[in-house]
This record gives sequence, structure tokens and C-alpha cells, in this order.
Amino acid sequence: MKSIQYIGSASLAWLASFGRGGLFLFQVMFHKPKSLSSVFSLLFKQIYSVGVLSLVIIIVSGLFIGMVLALQGYTILAQFGSEQAVGQLLALTLLRELGPVVTALLFAGRACSALTAEIGLMKATEQLSSLEMMGVDPYRRIIAPRFIAGLICLPILSIVFSAVGILGGEFVAVGWLGIHGGSFWSLMQQSVFFSTDVVNGIIKAFCFAIATTWIAVFQGYECEPTSEGIGRATTRTVVLGSLSILALDFILTAAMFGDF
Amino acid sequence: MSNNFVDIQNMSFYRGDRAIYKDISIQIPKGKITAIMGPSGTGKTTLLRLIGGQLKPDSGDIFLDGKNVPYLSRKDLYLVRKKIGMLFQSGALFTDINVFDNVAFPLREHTDFSEEIIKDIVLMKLQSVGLRGAAQLMPSELSGGMARRAALARAFALDPELVMYDEPFAGQDPISKGVVVALIKRLNESVGMTSVLVSHDVSDSLSIADYVYILSGGNVVAKGTSEEIRQSNDERVIQFLGGLPDGPVPFHFDAADYQLDMNMHVNDGGRLK
Repeated sequence: MKSIQYIGSASLAWLASFGRGGLFLFQVMFHKPKSLSSVFSLLFKQIYSVGVLSLVIIIVSGLFIGMVLALQGYTILAQFGSEQAVGQLLALTLLRELGPVVTALLFAGRACSALTAEIGLMKATEQLSSLEMMGVDPYRRIIAPRFIAGLICLPILSIVFSAVGILGGEFVAVGWLGIHGGSFWSLMQQSVFFSTDVVNGIIKAFCFAIATTWIAVFQGYECEPTSEGIGRATTRTVVLGSLSILALDFILTAAMFGDF
Repeated sequence: MSNNFVDIQNMSFYRGDRAIYKDISIQIPKGKITAIMGPSGTGKTTLLRLIGGQLKPDSGDIFLDGKNVPYLSRKDLYLVRKKIGMLFQSGALFTDINVFDNVAFPLREHTDFSEEIIKDIVLMKLQSVGLRGAAQLMPSELSGGMARRAALARAFALDPELVMYDEPFAGQDPISKGVVVALIKRLNESVGMTSVLVSHDVSDSLSIADYVYILSGGNVVAKGTSEEIRQSNDERVIQFLGGLPDGPVPFHFDAADYQLDMNMHVNDGGRLK
């Protein structure tokens, strides 16, 4: 009986939290900005902090994942005498799946956790309260620029990840394993379509950006303003963000590429 | 037209089952300094948050400049707050910008002043709290007392109609404290600022306050001018002003019997391991 009661109360708490999160997102997105110049100034600062500072981890990860993919792909394709198709395999895998998914997972770990911790610490040190008491809405000043910066940066980082991954794969496949450069690029060009593969990958990255950044800013704003509370909120951001990316990926892949 | 800038009527506020305020009424007159005093844990900071609309009372009304704060929409609440400056206990300076930008923050948010004018205003405010030379320092480079003085400069940067000071004298050396006391008084006299002063510092608070409320156990136990409070015969007021450990105001938070709680028995013979 107690377990049923526990499941019921946990479900209700989760639903209530989801509802609060929805209202929070609505209020963040639909408010009048003070002025365009102030919006851009705050946004550029956040794009630097969320996006530019994430470039190193994205580029290095993309490079190594592209190189590993080329190695693995070559080993398997060579068994069927199709090693020339490694470029095709590399591009489709990166653009459709690994680019958006791995970038979003890295983004959740690097940028979103920092967003939660930063907002949580602002709450704990009464900086959010002081904004409110000054008549400055924290949704406009703190939350919205961070959320929008996440929506802009993640799709761009995903493109950078895929591009660097393809270059890394080319380095291994053409430069090291001796695949002909012309075949590598021409097969890739023949099989990759902008409207389906590239655009769908960007749409996926955008959906992941909404989910992870929303979770990050909401967890930061709602966290208990103590060191343990901020720690728990940061962990929740990474765990919930990663799980939502993987679940969304399945749904989006089924909708975009499923043949049913 | 009421002469009260803040008018709290029959307000109750609970945290869980614990009553922080039970049906209290407090009036903060316009252009005067009102000190709110009382033992730790009485909910003095909570009262400031209720006035500022950061907390909602369970019952009763809180009128701020004629507007009933708990019933305002989010948009109207933010409009009303533009009339308020607040000094937080922790200072609550923005840690990513320097002292100058912290003080300039409300000016940039709520006015169309040019940077030239903002610079002059900020330096004047910083001069008044003795921190003009620290304008370019980051909050992390300030001592606790300096951070609170910088926050004080930010609280009255816009010359708001109401300033709420939460423990403005805490952590200040005697010279700084004297300056802050004089500054609060001067702001009140020169621009007619309404001030709410939450403090434990009995002598300094009474020296500048026009009216004093003493809170304890969720109720107003005494109110009046500083002189009336000093002359009060109420045991609770005498205990609080004199800092006496024994009296009707308990030093200890509500708790079970000490001996039972510690599992102490006279013939137990227990010893430390």
C-alpha cells in the first residue's frame, strides 16, 4: 500500500514540477524586452560563455569521434570490399545522429551544468532577490538570455562537431588508411542530402537545445539555495538533460527517418 | 490620503505550521525612519520580503503606496518595486561586475541617463559611503563591511521613495558605522526618503529612528517613538533593550526538555569515550 502511495505522490510531484517548468518557460519566452540593444548585449555575453567556451571540448571530441568512426567503418567495410564508402558512412552517421546527440550530451555536461550552478548560486547569494527588489525581472535579465543563447549555440556547435568529425575521418581514411580522396568525397556528396540529412540534424540539435537549456535554467531557478541544493540541481540537470536528449532522439529519428 | 507609505493590516504569515506573524498591523509613515527590532528568528527579514512582495501573506493586506502588494500582478509588482531600494543582509552585489557597475545597475535599468551623468551619480553615491576609490574593484575583493556599504550605495542610487535596510550596521567598524548612521539620517532629512530599518543595534537604531516597532513571537510587543520605547515599562522591551538573558523573551528556540533531549539521567554515570 505504501509503495502505491509513494508512486502516486512521486508522480504528482513530477507532474507539478513539469507544470511549473512549463509556466516558467512560457513566462521567460513571452515578455517584453527592455530594448533591443540591451537584449543583444546580454545575449552576446551568454553566447560567449555558453557557446564559444564550449568550442574546445566540441572540436576535440568531434575530431576523435570522426577518427574512430573512420577506423571502425574501414575495418567492417573492408570485409565486404566497400571501404571506399567510409566517407558516406562517416557523413551520414555524424550528420544524422552522432553530431546532434554527442554535441547535446557534451553541452549538457559542460554548459548546462554551469548554467544551473550559476543561477543557483545567484539565488543562494540573494542576487536574484536583489534584482526582483530593484524592479528588474530576473526572467528577462538572467534567464531569457541564457535560454536563447543555448538555442542558438547548440545547433551551431553540432554543425562544427560534424564538420570537424568528417575532417578527422578524412585524415584517418585518406591520409592514413590510403582510401582515394576522390572516392571519399564523391560518394559522400552523392549520398548526403541537404534537406533531409543536414537540416534534420540541425532540427534535432535545436530540439535538444530547447530541452537541455530549459531543464538547466529551470533547475537553477528552482533549486534549494544551499550548497547541497545547488549540487543536486546540477546533477539533475545533467541526468535529466542527457535522458531527455536520448529519448527525444528516438522520437525524432522515428519521425524523420522511420519508414512506416 | 494616507500618511503611511506602508500599511500592514491584520497580516498573518506561516512557514508550515509555524506562525511567523499572527494578525499583526504595522504602519510605516512617509518620510520617516521606522526601526523594526526584535530577537533573532522573529522574522524581521521576512517582514521586508512581505513588504516587497517576494513572499505572500496567508491573510491580511500589505499596502505599499496605496497598492495592495499581495494582490498585484507580476507586471504591476515590478512597477511598484521601482519605488523601493533594499539593502540585503548579505549585500547581494552582482559578483560578475565591479562596484561601479553594481551601483550603476539600477540607473542603467530604469533611467535614460547618459553614461556621463550615470558616472557622476555613481561616484557621488560611492563617495557618500567612502568607496569612491574602490569603484573598479570586484565584489570578491571587498571585505564584508565594504560590500555592504557598496550595496547601500546601490540601494539608494535611484533615490527611491522607500529604502529598506536589513542590518545595515552589521560588520561595520565604529567609523563606518557612524558614517552609515549619519547617511541614513541625512537621506531621510534631505530627500524625505521613507526608511525601514531592521537592526539589532539598539543604541544606533534608536538614535535615528522616528518610530520603533519591537516584534517577538509573531506579535508587535511594543511600538512608539524612540523615547517612548526607552521609557517603556514592558518587561519584554526592558529585556530586549538591556540585552538581559533572563526574562519573558526566550533565548532558546522552542525545544523539548533539555535533560530528556540529551538522554541525561542523574545516576547514569555515563562518561565520554
